[in-house]
Amino acid sequence: MIPIENYLVLSATLFSIGLMIVVIKRNAIAVLLGLELMLNAANINLVAFNLAHPERLDGQMFAVFVIIVAACEAAVGLAIILQAYRVFHTAAPDSISTLKES
Amino acid sequence: MIYAFYIFAFIAIASAAGILFARRLFHAALMLLVCFLGVAGIYAVSFAEWVAVTQILVYAGGVVVIIIFGIMLTARITGRPTAVANSRWFSGTLLGLGAMGFLITLFVRGSFGNGVMPASDAKFTMVNRFGIELMTDYMLPFEGAGLLLLITLVGAAVIAATRNKNSIS
Repeated sequence: MIPIENYLVLSATLFSIGLMIVVIKRNAIAVLLGLELMLNAANINLVAFNLAHPERLDGQMFAVFVIIVAACEAAVGLAIILQAYRVFHTAAPDSISTLKES
Repeated sequence: MIYAFYIFAFIAIASAAGILFARRLFHAALMLLVCFLGVAGIYAVSFAEWVAVTQILVYAGGVVVIIIFGIMLTARITGRPTAVANSRWFSGTLLGLGAMGFLITLFVRGSFGNGVMPASDAKFTMVNRFGIELMTDYMLPFEGAGLLLLITLVGAAVIAATRNKNSIS
């Protein structure tokens, strides 16, 4: 049996890499990739804690719903990014600053 | 089984780091696909077969394809392959390593009990049990997820198809 700590360390590593991608990359689609990675890390935790209670399936069920919501989020996010591309001709989140007071 | 876990974990972490260091956005998306497959392997060795199949179908088959579509459409508008610029290396690395250290100390210090092997039932496999729970206890969230997917489909189509007349450049 795989110890639960292994899963937790793996998911902490993946979450941190996703966080670094979100902060470092200067492209909205790359930021979306980092977000998906962070959601996957959370899902690994849900499945790992389900291992401690194998008579129930709550953790796995929650993981499946997280996957569904993540797919929705990716679709809407990409639609918004495409629309922002059409208007601003850039995908760098820093340079889309029309709402910022200046 | 523990070796399979380590192999899949290595694949997932290595391809995630590859996204971080990829120069081209398209390569990053392909490495995200490898990372998703690695995570699906993790699910498969931890008695979550249905989650693994859903991960491959929805993430590797759906989300990655949508993202690649997005990359190609934005590259068509600008007319050149999308290279990703990086910024804030220092603060990003600091934040990432800080979060990693915090989470790992938290997880290693806490005691979460051990995993238990699921009782192998000849009549019901894990996927059978999943389907039964989905149609009984989780009926309402299941229908809600279907409604959410419908709303997202309509919303994404409307947002992406609207042509904006006054373009700011």
